Amino acid sequence: MATVLVVTSGKGGVGKTTSTAALGAALAQSGQNVVVVDFDVGLRNLDLVMGAERRVVFDLINVVQGDAKLPQALIRDKRIDTLSLLPASQTRDKDALTAEGVERVISELREKFDWVICDSPAGIERGAVLAMRHADAAVVVTNPEVSSVRDSDRIIGLLDSKTAKAERGERIDKHLLLTRYDPVRAGRGEMLNTDDVLEILSIPLLGIIPESEDVLRSSNIGTPVTMGNPTSAAARAYFEAARRLKGETLVVTVPAERRSLMGRLFGRRAVA
Amino acid sequence: MALVLAPEPPVEGWLNALEAQIARSPSFFDGRPVVLDLAALPREQPDIAGLLKGLSARGVRIIGTEGAHPSWQGLEAWAPLHANSTRPPRVVEVPDERRSVSPAPITQQETNGLLIDHPVRSGQSVVFDKGDVTIVGSVASGAEVMAGGSIHVYGALRGRAIAGLTGNNRARIFCRKLEAELLAIDGVYQTADDMNATLRGRPVQAWLLGAAMTLATLD
Repeated sequence: MATVLVVTSGKGGVGKTTSTAALGAALAQSGQNVVVVDFDVGLRNLDLVMGAERRVVFDLINVVQGDAKLPQALIRDKRIDTLSLLPASQTRDKDALTAEGVERVISELREKFDWVICDSPAGIERGAVLAMRHADAAVVVTNPEVSSVRDSDRIIGLLDSKTAKAERGERIDKHLLLTRYDPVRAGRGEMLNTDDVLEILSIPLLGIIPESEDVLRSSNIGTPVTMGNPTSAAARAYFEAARRLKGETLVVTVPAERRSLMGRLFGRRAVA
Repeated sequence: MALVLAPEPPVEGWLNALEAQIARSPSFFDGRPVVLDLAALPREQPDIAGLLKGLSARGVRIIGTEGAHPSWQGLEAWAPLHANSTRPPRVVEVPDERRSVSPAPITQQETNGLLIDHPVRSGQSVVFDKGDVTIVGSVASGAEVMAGGSIHVYGALRGRAIAGLTGNNRARIFCRKLEAELLAIDGVYQTADDMNATLRGRPVQAWLLGAAMTLATLD
């Protein structure tokens, strides 16, 4: 039985695409059949983060509109053969997505994969609503700051009202993924702490991803951090999050960066 | 404290009378938020645009409306306090004995109040003008709850709570943790800025004492 998972946030720039790629790669590495679907039509990024931008021929819009068959548009990852990508179109916009087309594509993907992970665009408009429409579960990506938390709260409201599952009277599983978490700044009280965010959003915590240069570096070279740098703190947090998605119960910790001696000696920047 | 202005037809004449009043006390409306009670206007599309223009030309700052008919155009432009409710007139209806003979299927919930057992999320609006609203959970920043009666929040109240929607000045607001953006009872309201800072984060109730809103802790 396939699980359709939407990765969403409301606010832009909080790490939806990075998290989609990292969680997708982590689940695929555990032997699950995974497809990551880019719903950000017109502003596609997932292909870049997955390192597949030079292999895109057909895209989600082509399949939604019936111009291409699903297998033609799916791109299989070269490094992990249980991981596939359905890219978005860069030349079209969200109006090209139709409700019927999206429903058909998602039900076709359900037959082929164990996990269908939809990378939602930012915002609360048509694109975001269609991305969450057929989801069984949601990962709400939130940064520990007030604007992001409020937008996430808005998105949780939409998940409880605008999804097909909600309209059938069922509840959609919602998981909070706290990203760009900086333990040093949190310790100084410059960020909302985890308890505050959990208290406001009141959904279960899937994981805490520390702010890390490894994540940015991995995204820039087209390798999800769980693939390119699996021992980094961020990757370990994503691996644990993926295990929780599969139903395991693990204690959530804030993974600390393991530093080499030289890193410890020279890693700290001078404080002005 | 909110002022309520109730324009009466003909609007032109009413605006002129208002102007005369402003001339007598020029700073009266300065910085004061005003709620517009449109109940007296004719049901057929009144000149809302003209009225709003006339008011803003006279420096009157409007924060919400009441009594507007849902079909009226031109009220969507500014953040309305009661945008999605048409407030019934403040006339108490005498219970009609004959009405009980024809049994309308009234559910327990309709007569006693509305119970919500999940958090009210940012952007959501709960409107229940028939009685009390009880929320087991929090009301998020950017959410609003409006009730004809009292509002009970067993959680943090971070959004707006508007009680006594139907002119009930005995309505109260209760919450376990006060972080509200706005509290209103029967048209009298306080924003977060107006609230006593020592009450923030505390269990609080709000009620009307005469024409003023009073807040006090519950513990």
